[in-house]
Amino acid sequence: MEKVSLRLSGLEPLIVTPNIPFVNVGERTNVTGSRKFARLIKEEKYEEALEIARNQVEGGAQILDVNMDEGMLDGKEAMVKFLNLIAAEPDIARIPVMIDSSKWEIIEAGLKCIQGKGVVNSISLKEGEELFIEHAKKVKRYGAAVIVMAFDEQGQADSYERRIEICERSYRVLVDKVGFPKSDIIFDPNIFPVATGIEEHNNNALDFFNATKWIRENLPGAHVSGGVSNVSFSFRGNNPVREAMHSAFLYHAIKQGMDMGIVNPTMLEVYDDIPKDLLERVEDVLLNRREDATERLLDFAETYKSDGKKQVKDDAWRKESVEKRLEHSLVKGIVEFIDTDTEEARQKYQRPLKVIEGPLMDGMNVVGDLFGSGKMFLPQVVKSARVMKKAVAYLLPYLEEEKATNKDTSAASKILLATVKGDVHDIGKNIVGVVLACNNFDIVDLGVMVPAEKILNAAVEHKVDAIGLSGLITPSLDEMVHVAKEMERRNMDIPLMIGGATTSRIHTAVKIDPAYSGSVIHVLDASKSVPVAGELINKNTYEDIFLRTKAEYGQLREDHANRKQVKSYIPFKNAQENKLSIDWATKEMHAPAFIGNKAFNDYSIEEISGFIDWTPFFNTWMLKGKFPEILQHEIVGEEATKLYADAQQMIKEIIDNNLLIANAVVGLYPANAVGDDVEIYTDETRSEVKTTFHMLRQQGKKGSGLPNLSLADYVAPKESGKSDYMGGFAVTAGVGIEPLIEKYEAEHDDYNSIMIKAVADRLAEAFAELMHHKVRKELWGYAAAESLDNEALIKEKYQGIRPAPGYPACPDHTEKRILFDLLDAERHTGISLTESFAMYPASSVSGFYFMHEEAKYFGLGKIEKDQVEDYAQRKGMSLADTEKWLAPNLSYDI
Amino acid sequence: MAISIEEILKERVLVLDGAMGTMIQRHTLEEEDFRGDRFKDHTHPLKGNNDLLSITRPDIIKDIHRQYFAAGADIVETNTFSGTTIAQADYALEGAVYDINYESAKIAREVADEFAETEPDKPRFVAGSMGPTNRTASISPDVNDPGYRAVTFDDLVLAYKQQATALIEGGSDILLVETVFDTLNAKAALFAIEEVYDEKGIQLPIMVSGTITDASGRTLSGQTTEAFLVSLSHVPIMSIGLNCALGAEQLRPYLETLSNKAPFNTSAHPNAGLPNEFGEYDQTPEEMASQVGEFLKDGFLNIVGGCCGTTPDHIKLIAEEAAKVSPRVIRVEELV
Repeated sequence: MEKVSLRLSGLEPLIVTPNIPFVNVGERTNVTGSRKFARLIKEEKYEEALEIARNQVEGGAQILDVNMDEGMLDGKEAMVKFLNLIAAEPDIARIPVMIDSSKWEIIEAGLKCIQGKGVVNSISLKEGEELFIEHAKKVKRYGAAVIVMAFDEQGQADSYERRIEICERSYRVLVDKVGFPKSDIIFDPNIFPVATGIEEHNNNALDFFNATKWIRENLPGAHVSGGVSNVSFSFRGNNPVREAMHSAFLYHAIKQGMDMGIVNPTMLEVYDDIPKDLLERVEDVLLNRREDATERLLDFAETYKSDGKKQVKDDAWRKESVEKRLEHSLVKGIVEFIDTDTEEARQKYQRPLKVIEGPLMDGMNVVGDLFGSGKMFLPQVVKSARVMKKAVAYLLPYLEEEKATNKDTSAASKILLATVKGDVHDIGKNIVGVVLACNNFDIVDLGVMVPAEKILNAAVEHKVDAIGLSGLITPSLDEMVHVAKEMERRNMDIPLMIGGATTSRIHTAVKIDPAYSGSVIHVLDASKSVPVAGELINKNTYEDIFLRTKAEYGQLREDHANRKQVKSYIPFKNAQENKLSIDWATKEMHAPAFIGNKAFNDYSIEEISGFIDWTPFFNTWMLKGKFPEILQHEIVGEEATKLYADAQQMIKEIIDNNLLIANAVVGLYPANAVGDDVEIYTDETRSEVKTTFHMLRQQGKKGSGLPNLSLADYVAPKESGKSDYMGGFAVTAGVGIEPLIEKYEAEHDDYNSIMIKAVADRLAEAFAELMHHKVRKELWGYAAAESLDNEALIKEKYQGIRPAPGYPACPDHTEKRILFDLLDAERHTGISLTESFAMYPASSVSGFYFMHEEAKYFGLGKIEKDQVEDYAQRKGMSLADTEKWLAPNLSYDI
Repeated sequence: MAISIEEILKERVLVLDGAMGTMIQRHTLEEEDFRGDRFKDHTHPLKGNNDLLSITRPDIIKDIHRQYFAAGADIVETNTFSGTTIAQADYALEGAVYDINYESAKIAREVADEFAETEPDKPRFVAGSMGPTNRTASISPDVNDPGYRAVTFDDLVLAYKQQATALIEGGSDILLVETVFDTLNAKAALFAIEEVYDEKGIQLPIMVSGTITDASGRTLSGQTTEAFLVSLSHVPIMSIGLNCALGAEQLRPYLETLSNKAPFNTSAHPNAGLPNEFGEYDQTPEEMASQVGEFLKDGFLNIVGGCCGTTPDHIKLIAEEAAKVSPRVIRVEELV
């Protein structure tokens, strides 16, 4: 039987066994340790505070420490509130909570909020044995583990002897008098700074190591924990030295039995990577090996600030073997020496293919492992891929030469990737391509807007081992079903992978999987693509993943079918009656400065760039967090900062060399709602209907007082007699992007190819924000006095909305055609619509303008057949066509 | 009692009774039956408040207990699933909560003693049933205010203390915290029970039984089976298990987890299958007994019975299956 040393739980169990030598406690949700978290709690910005917790979990924390000990806070109230909010977030509540406070009343209040088995941090003999017993009994009764500080009536333990004396006494009281489970006892024997210049501190680390060893040997079951960053306190500002100290400290402490602790993963160097001279000095200090250890480390540290570190390292790696140098270049993404090193390797290995299969692949495997274990981040991996491609490009002529004499081609597994017909979005697909290529897959990338026939013919022609389909807009979901059906019709058995922002596991299970008897698997993101593709292609694992996924999706379909009956809808008529009621009689209407369309060509990119919302940009690169905080993020901050600098550089080049052209058109028209449609009139006489937009209405059962919303509610109805208005827009920042992408692809530079698209996307969104701003202040002018900074704009703190056809409030993409006709958008902006109504270039945005302050973004949700029939009638479209375009929003099966 | 239930559990699989509600529904009871004499002038309608029948129609409840014992049950549950001030608040009957629990335990005790007298070799036990209440301590009922709680840990402890006290004083042998959909509610129940034990200086065995609500394999409050187990292991309970929501067949993977991981006895009292389209349970005694028999043979269980939709006929066949097998052996958990 497996030995278990500690059992904790959140929504899921955390079972500590000897296979888990060290449990990492996330500590950024601590007001005493994180200034940012403290500020958010004080300002009651709980949602952002939850983001910090989420980041901790995503960053690998196995326990979440929560501390609200701050003079200006009602700590008890804040603890209860935050723990209750965490309980509503399954991805956070997954892991156990550590309730951290020096005040018993806060700890007890926290214990009453957690359903799992958490940890109390901490109790001690500080205020005497009686109180210690009382608290320990309570902790046991509430069902938590406990951290015991090495602290007693005389004070905090600061020597080896005092540490073991207090820990032993605490242990005996807990075990003998309280009956506390031994394995639920965790000691914190105090980590104190070393190299402070005070002689009494010289033995601090060594005493901790020895006390840890003693506890693990003499107090059966008990664990040892501590806050590691304390040890390097005297080297604040010198991160290279601190990082080395932390990892050396942990190395020794874990060896002695420390099995839990608070460690900042970004402040940690790999023990083996600590330069030997630095390590020697650090260990001299930690282990108190020399009289002059502190002075020697201090002297050395002076010459070893951040810059020095790089210098030392740079010199060193160039002296290594060619294999090591290639690996270094790949891992660090350095292109500078790649041609020289590749040439050297080619001469050494004789055959160019051997270089690829040997040192280059080995290097990429290191990259793959680091990425897989969360030690490298996507932008770094893409840079690694760039280095790899450069090396391969260098070898290409030699390969061709060899191929001419030798027909043997590489046996790597092949994966076909394509963005489906009607869709133009490919950033995600390209990232998947890069990540897969890094992992030794051969990628056949067919690009965007690829019809099913072309995909399947190419799959056969290239003898691919798997097909990956990508899509961003909702009509692409149908196209994917179509591809699956075609594969079935052709009797294919190639595995099919589904990915992209609009796809989901549930859609794949319910709609795509039943269409194809081969393997169909939804892939959540680029990092998941490698293991999935690996399992699908490996003959030994294929059977398992095939059966497993089919069963899983079958179950999902069944659950889905069962669940559907639960959600209740109301008849469309009742939903219409429950519309948002606005008292139009008292409403002030605001006539725009002009009626008709107005085009803005070759708009200043510089001005647009001031409106960029950067947060989604980092998301594109799979770095999660809010801008600008992400630049300081403890784990991804460094990469985010580099990425941001590269993006800024890209924008500068775009501006300096006029690389991209931004065009926009805005149309403002008299309008009135007629039922759930909005009529657009040619002019103020409102005698001629120029066109009609058809809106959809929420049909889910609402709580009392909540309306069933439709965008039509935001425009004054005709019968109100009020002269209202509505607008529309289309903007692009992607004109001229193709030659740039071609250029980067020719240079094998995926990094910049993805970068230019990501930047253009941001510019398009920023342009839409800018135009909306202009509309509010000048063109429509209903909010001429508005004065908001970019952050307030991002939070949409203004009056009026700009929802886009195809998105949650109005999910029918076909309305985009009506919008484009009204705006004459193709002619004014150069944007075209595909057969699925995706905009090309992809870096484009279009939408409606509504001005009234009641106008809010909402999601339509599912609708019933009675509404779909009515809508089809209003639009003059067949029911079947309507159902096809609205498929993701139908409450029923078609 | 000469021999303790813990001793018997080492020898054989014990049988718990079946559904109470299903059996009550066989009688056509009207508002007057629920009111009886005592509550004839009560302000709120009382029809459907099954727990109240222990006071107003004890004859019916005693008969149900009798039928289950006769079918082979070793343990019957008191008719107190909703016997807390929190659950009775719907009927404005907070004031009757002590009596509901006391009388329910008392009549179950009387029936158990009748059987013990005629069959002294087979001890019969009364488990005081403590339901989950109708509120959740770790989920907000308001989706727009996820930090809100309709009931607190302290509210629950207070209510459960009162229920536990009355159940003990009425003569329960065991306390059964059951149909746990929110583990925090169960932690409050266990907290209350331990406080009552401290006050009374006694220590009755405790059974805990959770509910896996759907195929996700999680409780309503989101915990996996193993997390549920870990969260309640701080109390020296006699058994942990699962009941309700699912039929025997659907419970299997989660029972297997408990069987593998729990340092306690394990129990199951599943529903008679999944409800049909009319919300009725229609699994026959034979079907259910054969499914239950499967995991009895696999050695997953120490205690077995039935929940919604099960009847004395089900329990009779389940008891026959239970008699065929040896009880699950608890693995001694080894700590480093």
